[in-house]
Amino acid sequence: MNEQVGTDRVKRGMAEMLKGGVIMDVVDAEQAKIAEDAGAVAVMALERVPADIRAQGGVARMSDPEMITGIMDVVSIPVMAKARIGHFGEAKVLQSLGVDYIDESEVLTPADYANHIDKKAYTVPFVCGATNLGEALRRITEGAAMIRSKGEAGTGDVSNAVTHMRKILGEIRWLRSMAEDELYVAAKELQAPYELVAEVAREGKLPVVLFTAGGIATPADAAMMMQLGADGVFVGSGIFKSGDPKARAEAIVSATHNFDKPEIVAEACKGLGEAMVGINVADIPVHHRLEDRGW
Amino acid sequence: MSSAPFIGVLALQGDVREHVAALTRVGVRSGAVRSLDQLDACDGLVIPGGESTTMSRLALIDGWFEPLRSMRATGVPMYGSCAGMIMLADQVLDARPDQETVGGLDVVVRRNAFGRQVDSFEIDIEMPVVGSEPFHAVFIRAPWVESVGQDVQVLAEISSGARAGTIVAVRQGSVLATSFHPELTPDDRVHRYFVDMVQGRV
Repeated sequence: MNEQVGTDRVKRGMAEMLKGGVIMDVVDAEQAKIAEDAGAVAVMALERVPADIRAQGGVARMSDPEMITGIMDVVSIPVMAKARIGHFGEAKVLQSLGVDYIDESEVLTPADYANHIDKKAYTVPFVCGATNLGEALRRITEGAAMIRSKGEAGTGDVSNAVTHMRKILGEIRWLRSMAEDELYVAAKELQAPYELVAEVAREGKLPVVLFTAGGIATPADAAMMMQLGADGVFVGSGIFKSGDPKARAEAIVSATHNFDKPEIVAEACKGLGEAMVGINVADIPVHHRLEDRGW
Repeated sequence: MSSAPFIGVLALQGDVREHVAALTRVGVRSGAVRSLDQLDACDGLVIPGGESTTMSRLALIDGWFEPLRSMRATGVPMYGSCAGMIMLADQVLDARPDQETVGGLDVVVRRNAFGRQVDSFEIDIEMPVVGSEPFHAVFIRAPWVESVGQDVQVLAEISSGARAGTIVAVRQGSVLATSFHPELTPDDRVHRYFVDMVQGRV
């Protein structure tokens, strides 16, 4: 057989290699080096972290390609970048740059309020956010090779990430408990293809890696999310909006790996200085919440 | 030791679960190794795929390198896939200057040698030690073996296309390494070969 690129196996396999790791948002080469030195498994290159997007408002778009390639040039770990929901124009640009993963992200302003990107049409793999199992399975149907909880980005409030992880994993447990002949109605209720629903019921897990994202700001946040069943952690504003990014990045890497060893997480939590200034999700007007973007 | 050997999978980071599943299918006992005191119980050890910079850093801060090196020195078989190959190589190119490895394989390995993720690929290769049927190999931001020392046995090269002749599987005594990820396919012959090494059959 001849060489094949862009298969489901290499796209999903790439995410398998990130398990147990931390993916960090970075806005320049210097931050990318700090992330790599701290042991990040990948970086997300973007112009503004979610906390700044939230503070500054306006339309948030794909980052400047020069800034993204500048980061690709200085680190040897995978580099991810964000495209707007449904913006296949941005996705094609990012693929041409050679980024290692595209995040079709609700953190940016959606470009299409009906359709997501047809992710099967790309060689580069995609990660997408989800708040529940049906949404995760719809993204996988479109070709997503990795799923992350949405949480509420840019807040430092972990509560929505917890809600979304519990929801996704709870619905998987619910499917596992069902009789085979009940899965047809379950597929209807989840608004997802029956074959995928049946596969999840049989295997007891998503067919792709499930990370958590959206509000993780401390080592203890990361350790809790891993104990809830996340395969790994995205940290957006939490590191470089804190008082001591280098120490916090190292601490979150250690806590994610040692999530089941509270004494090591305790060590990691010590002397980190100020965490990012948080915003309670409840204080954000509903129409400014990012979790409702994407469907 | 009970009848079936126990082969641990080093769980610093990466696709631990897939290796445990493959080893279990082959009929040995297997599990994730998450703390140093579990190493004594291992008759063999797999270092999985993942990010080698991350694994190396976690190994350093949690004190894994010396125990792993002495384990290897006593002849406990080790197998590394992809990042695991990098962890077992004596010399790594295109790595961070301070990236430490366990070592044991007298090879020079180049990180991300095939390119970025968009260049990741699947291909059939010949690997005679696991049988005459081609092995379907999955390469993800994979390293290749740039040169080997005289005691290193080359087990597989890419046999066709632009990269024909590239070394992607090697063995030196009790240490085995592949650039590719047999744990991502249902073909368990590489894991079976490693179990045969652990049981002293090959």
